[in-house]
Amino acid sequence: MRSLRAFPDSGWLLAASVLVTIALLAFGSLMLGRYPLTPRMVFDALTGGLRGVQGKGGDTALTIVLMVRLPRVAAALLVGGALSTAGLAYQNLFRNPMASPSLLGVSAGAGFGASLAIMTGQSPLVVEAAAFAFGLASVGVAILVNRADGTRSIVTLVLCGMVMSALFEAFISLLKYVADPTEALASITFWLMGGLGKANGLDVAFLAAPVLIGGAILLMSSWRISVLALGEMEAAALGVDVAATRAIVIICATAMSAAAVSVAGIVGWVGLLIPHMARLAFGLDPFRLTIATAALGGAFLLCMDDVARSIAPVEVPLGVLTAIVGAPFFLVLLLNSRKRGWA
Amino acid sequence: MKAIEIIGLSFHRTRQGPPTLDGVGLDLAEGETICIIGPNGAGKSTLVMCVLGLLRHSGGRVAIAGDDIGALSRLEMARRAAYVPQGTQSTFAFSVRDIALMGRTAHFGSLSAPSSRDRHIADDALERTGIAHLRERKFAELSGGERQLVLIARALAQDTPLIVMDEPTSGLDLGNQRRVLAMIRELASAHKSVLMTTHAPDQALNLNCAVGLLRAGRLIASGPAAEICDKRTMEALYGAPLTRLTNAERAGLAAFVPRL
Repeated sequence: MRSLRAFPDSGWLLAASVLVTIALLAFGSLMLGRYPLTPRMVFDALTGGLRGVQGKGGDTALTIVLMVRLPRVAAALLVGGALSTAGLAYQNLFRNPMASPSLLGVSAGAGFGASLAIMTGQSPLVVEAAAFAFGLASVGVAILVNRADGTRSIVTLVLCGMVMSALFEAFISLLKYVADPTEALASITFWLMGGLGKANGLDVAFLAAPVLIGGAILLMSSWRISVLALGEMEAAALGVDVAATRAIVIICATAMSAAAVSVAGIVGWVGLLIPHMARLAFGLDPFRLTIATAALGGAFLLCMDDVARSIAPVEVPLGVLTAIVGAPFFLVLLLNSRKRGWA
Repeated sequence: MKAIEIIGLSFHRTRQGPPTLDGVGLDLAEGETICIIGPNGAGKSTLVMCVLGLLRHSGGRVAIAGDDIGALSRLEMARRAAYVPQGTQSTFAFSVRDIALMGRTAHFGSLSAPSSRDRHIADDALERTGIAHLRERKFAELSGGERQLVLIARALAQDTPLIVMDEPTSGLDLGNQRRVLAMIRELASAHKSVLMTTHAPDQALNLNCAVGLLRAGRLIASGPAAEICDKRTMEALYGAPLTRLTNAERAGLAAFVPRL
């Protein structure tokens, strides 16, 4: 589909309008919740925070905004942006519109790491670190096995990733089977369903480094990554260093997804769905598309998280919500694309 | 300096088994066109891939514009030789202009995006191939002939002295074959060197260019098409009895059809 003329043509203009939209959405999200705040209260809290006023007892609004909602909003934006940008890069790299960030086993590995840490009674920080480490390790093993194969075919790499996913999912089941049903099992199950209920400032800091650096590298390499969608031979003939570009994509996407999953748990559908929505709305120009995908992904997950924490007295698991919304939406896109090609 | 210099080129697809290319030697002078002719499975596409460095040959040497391709980076290669594949399968719905613009990849920094000058060059290439009106169309929706012209436009946008085409006319009707062949002749008049593969010897005669005959991975003859492409040689090349058709209106032009 042709890019809509209504959107600005320049990547930087797009980035600016995207930033304003995101800021408005984030501001609205800070007002939402079981303790609703007026725009004035949110504004005061934010400016108070800027002046260095700490939320201490007295000012509830300040505490809620700065200590609870702001980190959560930031985490939602980062996780959504990370998963969808990684998904976009993978769809180009693997030349497959069905590719998602979990393709090489990062989610299953992270899920196993978190489950293991929860079962052994570790602190939330260790759970996060274990999830991150096992997410990276799962992809790392898939790559090593693929290298040992000698052909280094991209199809074999996907199969290795599928094997790692299947293995770690089996390990997760095993842990759940032996876990204490009253404590650990419940925690593991909740973790795997995804959620940002516990996201704090430290999580945001932990997310920000891999997501922003990885995202920036993917954005800078977006042209070459897009050319990869023509296939290895053609991309090489056009001057793309295929091996290097492939390595950049896998390293960045894996680090970004592993960080996202380790903070938010397993949140599916974002990485698969959002790149397609972005293509439909903003066209295929790689630079614009990468910015649009990151922004749409962040905005989407922010909205989903707003729903998750305000629709019912108890939180709805985020991963459940993204699946309920994402799956039917994807079906619509799929039926649409079968007629006209992938955007 | 020669556009392409191939000496004793061999390629083995598997470690055991016969080579796909066996000691092929071939030169292409600057600004000349050569057609590689041969039956299916003779190794034509493999030769194209080896010349572009997309497949690593197992023996011999290939030099493009004087330099061994082993010593050239992908970027340097892409500035010397453009590739027109038999067809391209794009997963996503790139427009014709998107595809043409990808030809500029080797000309801007690896961390940047095409400039307005690159866009201008890509548009100009579409203009030159006569498909500027298809600019906004989706590549996947085009006919086979139109796609081939887009891929040629992309090669023009790549702005290389050498263009390598793998069966640019296969699957095209006579009208589209004419457009592609006319385009190739125009490239030659613009001092581009062209190496192309084809099934049809008449195209080489029509272009009045050099030919290389490839059979079972060996180059069995090379030289001007008019000298090489006689009936006996063609029958030996394709291993089938043929009839040679000529036309009194155009001397030198001939076509071969299977004799039943």
